[in-house]
Amino acid sequence: MFFVIIESTRSALASIWAHGFRSFLTTLGIVIGVASVIAVISLTQGLRASVGEQFSALGSNSLTISAYTPLQDQIQGRRARLTPDDLEIIERRVDGVASITPLLYATRSSQIRYGSQTTFSQIMGTGYAYRDVGQFYVQTGRFLANSDNDTRRRVAVIGDAVRDNLNLPDNPINEYVELGGEWFRIVGLLEPKGDIMGFNQDDIVLVPFATMQSIQGNQAQTDIQIQLRVSDDADVESVVNRVESVLRNARGIEPGQRDDFQIQTPEQLMETVDNVIGMVTIVLGGIVSISLLVGGIGIMNIMLVSVTERTREIGICKAIGAKRHHILLQFLIEAVVLSMLGGLVGVAAGYGLGMLVAANIPGFPPATVPLWAVMLALGFSGFVGVLFGILPAGKAANLDPIDALRYE
Amino acid sequence: MALIELQDITKLYEMGDQTVRALDGISIRIEKNDYVAFIGSSGSGKSTMLNILGCLDRPTSGRYHLNEQNVENLTPNELAGIRNHEIGFIFQSFNLLPRATALYNVMQPLIYRNVGWSRRKAMAMEALRRVNLAERVNHLPNQLSGGQRQRVAIARALVTNPSILLADEPTGNLDSRTTTEIMQLFDELHREGHTLILVTHEDEIARHCKRIVEMKDGRIHRDVPTEPADKQVSN
Repeated sequence: MFFVIIESTRSALASIWAHGFRSFLTTLGIVIGVASVIAVISLTQGLRASVGEQFSALGSNSLTISAYTPLQDQIQGRRARLTPDDLEIIERRVDGVASITPLLYATRSSQIRYGSQTTFSQIMGTGYAYRDVGQFYVQTGRFLANSDNDTRRRVAVIGDAVRDNLNLPDNPINEYVELGGEWFRIVGLLEPKGDIMGFNQDDIVLVPFATMQSIQGNQAQTDIQIQLRVSDDADVESVVNRVESVLRNARGIEPGQRDDFQIQTPEQLMETVDNVIGMVTIVLGGIVSISLLVGGIGIMNIMLVSVTERTREIGICKAIGAKRHHILLQFLIEAVVLSMLGGLVGVAAGYGLGMLVAANIPGFPPATVPLWAVMLALGFSGFVGVLFGILPAGKAANLDPIDALRYE
Repeated sequence: MALIELQDITKLYEMGDQTVRALDGISIRIEKNDYVAFIGSSGSGKSTMLNILGCLDRPTSGRYHLNEQNVENLTPNELAGIRNHEIGFIFQSFNLLPRATALYNVMQPLIYRNVGWSRRKAMAMEALRRVNLAERVNHLPNQLSGGQRQRVAIARALVTNPSILLADEPTGNLDSRTTTEIMQLFDELHREGHTLILVTHEDEIARHCKRIVEMKDGRIHRDVPTEPADKQVSN
């Protein structure tokens, strides 16, 4: 049997080589299908790897707490809010918190102006502890201080993308920018952090929390986020549980009722990213299997033509002693080799395409092709070859030698 | 026991609603080292006879004994094995594989009996030397003349060392000079001890053989040894 397979592979390769251009066109469907799946996988895997890297740089022990309103309540106009009081409760009653800080996002206008230059940025009110929680460090000047908050000073720390967007001088310290109608003095410039999931972390403006509250007005309604960093000797899981029970208690949530807040850990964010990438992969997998199906039909079609063309050859082989399985294997292996070659070319082309795309989108991580994707693509194209080769091969094997010899 | 023994072989074909008796009760014995020509007009049943003898087809009824085995009831796969081991075919239109060189064509039947590469090549080279084609082994069939192609086909038939060589109009596509060459080769093979069966409609060819079987309407009409060659010339 092994002997037969080797001989069949030899003759299959000879036959594919003899019809070079036709073989290429036949297998093009498989090439395109496999190339597209490998390109997409290489991009998403590259993305996943780089996101994972950045999340771990972020610190796996920082938690974000935000208000959560179920959709039904939102429709009814109710809105859960997290207030500075909640922050105070956590600070007082939860152990194992290294630092904690409120975050207040600008809700009205996130426009900033410097001279005649205007831009939009992410503007957040926060405190001194955010430096530690969010791992933000200044390259020049200083970070927000506690006294900035106590006296509601109009000062800002900016990322270097903001400096570039506003055409600020290289050292922007002590320049004034306009934020929501008020003038803020720049006291610090952050170290660049780069992109995370296409979101520029350097396009950011930090102002004191209390200042942000005052310029937004309506302080009773303030909805804040709380970020905290778990201290190195404490367990993230138990801190999460403690925060949850303290908040439920403080906000008067009955047992059995849902939390009206949510606690996010970097692992959860990573899971979300994984879910999104998984979904994308499944959807694309579906599309690609359709294109492989079409490619397979192309192979079946050309194999049927090939069987008809070679009817006389099949007759000759049968006359000189070829058994059914000799002929069957010869055509089956030809179909499999054809589609696996397509798969191989597809993997190479897809990898090239992925690298090209990754290289041409600024800030996009380099493409990586995991081994399982290559094996899967080759295995699947081999399977397609068997599936669509079996019918033509069976037809060839069942030819009557006399009829086949007489065929013109 | 004879090399080939046919007993009361019939072959029926359904042609629409009527049945054609291609062979109608054939009984014949062919001994080892026999040199037989089957002649007859078209429709006489000689092609069907060749298909049955060559194990390409099975008789409707009757017994066929080839080299000490009964072959009339074998499955298609078993018949393929018999064809590979016992029979060497030589066709009118050569029937070489067009994309394979002379050497590969001759090696082909050995694949089906699992002979390894180097041994296969050596055996094929030897068969090609036997038909004086040793220096054209790497040519494709369309780079060879008709006579050379037929000699490749003969080498392919010889390479498996079969019990019988079965030639169907072997010179039908050849000019007279090549015909003489090929017939000389057949005569030599006969002298070397091979058993040859030819199907032809040319008396010239048939006269090379030792025995002529004339077929008519699916029956054996005449089965005679050829007269000595000198008498034929005086005719």
